[in-house]
Amino acid sequence: MKKLINEPEDVVDEMLDGMVAAHPDRLRRLDGQEVLVRADAPVDGKVGVVSGGGSGHEPTHAGYLGEGMLDGAAAGEVFTSPTGDQLNEMIEACDGGEGVLCVVKNYEGDVMNFDTAAEMADIEGVDVEQVVVNDDVAVEDSLYTSGRRGVAGTILVHKAAGAKAAQGADLQTVAETAEKVIDNVGTMGMALTSCVTPEKGEPTFDLGDDEIELGIGIHGEPGTERTETMSADEVTEHLTERVLDDLELDDGQEVVTMVNGMGGTPLMELFVVNRRLQELMDDEGLDVWDAWVGDYMTSLDMEGCSITVCAVDEELKELLAAPADTPAMTVQE
Amino acid sequence: MADADTQREAVRAAAENVADRLEDEKEYLTDLDSAIGDADHGANMSRGFRAAADAVADADDAEPSDLVKQVGTTLISEVGGASGPLYGGSIMSASQTFAEDGITAETSVDFAEAYLDKVKDRGDARIGAKTMVDALTPAVHTYKKSIEQDDLPPLEALGKAVDAAERGVEFTVPIRAEKGRASYLGWRSVGHQDPGATSTLYIMEELLATAEEYLEGDVERDATAVEQPDEDPSDVAEDGAADDDEGGE
Repeated sequence: MKKLINEPEDVVDEMLDGMVAAHPDRLRRLDGQEVLVRADAPVDGKVGVVSGGGSGHEPTHAGYLGEGMLDGAAAGEVFTSPTGDQLNEMIEACDGGEGVLCVVKNYEGDVMNFDTAAEMADIEGVDVEQVVVNDDVAVEDSLYTSGRRGVAGTILVHKAAGAKAAQGADLQTVAETAEKVIDNVGTMGMALTSCVTPEKGEPTFDLGDDEIELGIGIHGEPGTERTETMSADEVTEHLTERVLDDLELDDGQEVVTMVNGMGGTPLMELFVVNRRLQELMDDEGLDVWDAWVGDYMTSLDMEGCSITVCAVDEELKELLAAPADTPAMTVQE
Repeated sequence: MADADTQREAVRAAAENVADRLEDEKEYLTDLDSAIGDADHGANMSRGFRAAADAVADADDAEPSDLVKQVGTTLISEVGGASGPLYGGSIMSASQTFAEDGITAETSVDFAEAYLDKVKDRGDARIGAKTMVDALTPAVHTYKKSIEQDDLPPLEALGKAVDAAERGVEFTVPIRAEKGRASYLGWRSVGHQDPGATSTLYIMEELLATAEEYLEGDVERDATAVEQPDEDPSDVAEDGAADDDEGGE
């Protein structure tokens, strides 16, 4: 497999240095840590909003560092959650005296390590709140499973919670804002190809030329089912139907839609998907307030996409439209 | 039991042996993880135990329990994912069982039980969920029974425990995953061997090899001849029934 990497074990370290070199005025790396924070962290008197997880989802997480979104982003090894001590360093570096909200995606490693970090931070006297994003409607939330995964809907949580913190809200209120998004968002993804992780150097799963995976996560794990190739419209209909079945929205509800690329799919194809998605929203009587299209939460070089729908009210619209200045997302006033 | 110097050497040798073994098995573990997870188990475990072996290599006068603890804390900070807290955090926590009397037959039973409890607690996993618990539980129960009830020498008890772990690994193949990333596959996880159970077996095999060296003995392995391990009666009632269902479907 041809890749622009040096040594597989150096990928994350070298990526972080490269990101800082590209945005020296916005990003800063904590000494000896695989953690980036916004250049001016901690921001005095503001609740810190941090996130983190495995690498390989770029621009998530560090791409969303900056005014109006995240204060800190921890980068684990590829598809592996960061360690508890790294997360703790990040939390402490982002506490401006008002506490820190951790936005965690629902994967066991992420949850366990954020739990550990929160315990450590608590001992140091930092107020920490955690929210766990579980927007993936492809997997069941049952007693015996780990619950639904956190995927692309996480970006909407970052945006809304980040804006709320920027407005000066307290920790509890910022956490409630994040929960409000989590309660109202659903996502489902699909893959045309597997990704190739640097360590393994070959596709994680084999997919025939005439096969696609539905219900994938963002770690190259196979999806919940494999089917024959479908057209872009058919894929869009399938994903959208599953998301809407889960959300059960009322007629006329305002929503934000997101077509998220998995890293290897051209924007051309994402726009094709978005075209059909908007038609479906119309058919369903939903009122699209904003439509996001792009690579927000990727899975290395995987080809495929996910579709996210989030119901919004006046408060969420205001927060999602609030100014943000980050490498991967800027919203102007 | 051996003096503190010998115990320290044994801990260092065990860490080194485990690190070497996981390096050798890195690709295989990653292949197992590709099928039902995210293809990082081999790399993570190998990197973590190499760092742990290096961390304890030069500790000359530390208490044996502190060395074991050091292995745990190094794994926590090097492995990440769920494996860091599960393997490292549990070793760290269980290391306290060696604090007073060092490593003896009795304290090693306590260590094994404390480790298992911590893993089950952290991971919230029971037998039959297709996780490392499926290898670990029969191994720990077998070890405890062999030492406490059957009065076997530690080396022989460990040999039986490793056999039980091996059967536990085989048990993970036909069942459906309920925990971790493999659970997202639902029925598609059936037919694949669990990578966490497998790395647990490898670690135990290297503990046995180290023990053979330090207790100057030889153990004959025979996983197929091992009796069904005695579970807690409560476990058998609940888990046994669930497992039968899973195998039959």
